[in-house]
Amino acid sequence: MSEIADKVKKIVVEHLGVDESKVTPDASFIDDLGADSLDTVELVMAFEEAFSVEIPEDAAEKITTVKDAIDYIEKQKAA
Amino acid sequence: MFRLDGKVALVTGASGGIGREIARALHAQGAVVVLSGTRQAVLEDVAASIGAEGGADRLHVCPADLSDAAAADALVACAEEKAGAPLAILVNNAGLTRDTLAIRMKDEDWNRVLDVDLAAPFRLCRAALKGMLRRRAGRIVNIASVVGVTGNAGQANYAAAKAGMIGMGKSLAQEAGSRGVTVNTVAPGFVQTAMTDVLPDAQKEKLVGSIPLGRMGQATDIAPAVVYLASDEAGWVTGATIHVNGGMAMV
Repeated sequence: MSEIADKVKKIVVEHLGVDESKVTPDASFIDDLGADSLDTVELVMAFEEAFSVEIPEDAAEKITTVKDAIDYIEKQKAA
Repeated sequence: MFRLDGKVALVTGASGGIGREIARALHAQGAVVVLSGTRQAVLEDVAASIGAEGGADRLHVCPADLSDAAAADALVACAEEKAGAPLAILVNNAGLTRDTLAIRMKDEDWNRVLDVDLAAPFRLCRAALKGMLRRRAGRIVNIASVVGVTGNAGQANYAAAKAGMIGMGKSLAQEAGSRGVTVNTVAPGFVQTAMTDVLPDAQKEKLVGSIPLGRMGQATDIAPAVVYLASDEAGWVTGATIHVNGGMAMV
């Protein structure tokens, strides 16, 4: 697993207080990990801070799973 | 009841009549109070005056000009640094007026009042909420005005800002509720301060005539409402506006 994926996972575990084993790539923040809309906004802000990237509102809306977040950040970092 | 021991509170406009009294009241309940305003020397005097009764180590000052967006953005961090602990209570009390009838009101009068009285409180709420939501605790008390609800000739800008503050508070209350953070408003009526001293006597007399309790308010009439909303006991009150106006407007 990439460094980014590891870090994303760690942020999700910390922020949502869920067990690491539940944070699979396909896990949906809201449906599987018990997040509410405020959590998802806070997660996006945590990603922005941790990776020094800017995630605009329309992109943030599409980040609903762990994999979405990893893919988006990897793409930003590669660019 | 209503103890605030060890909680860090930031009060803007703390050099003004109402702000000073709010700071004093929060401090008396045990809070660590950070005073903000534009004039450092005045803030230090206020801190010395409040601290003279004890607890001087629980008083700090963070001067800031809230018409400067960057200064407003940085204020919460300054307060937390000075107090050495996260912010528990934000009181958006700072405000100014540029009164004139609308047909004579310049864009500059409008913009300045909206900037300082509405945009700056929003910036402070935004900065404070980030930490409060994470910590699952916090109290925001915005000081609006009765004119935000009733309107007032000559104050289109101020009334708009204060009405905006009430609407903003209700929205933030809905956003933050799930995290146990409350956002409430205190709407003072006509209180004797430097801001109202400039009103002509005839207008003051007329005002008092419209107040069932028969007098203008004092800053000490307002501060207890803030203490209540800042307390743990007010944990089931959010999005509310407490009107403290001598009965002038019963809304």
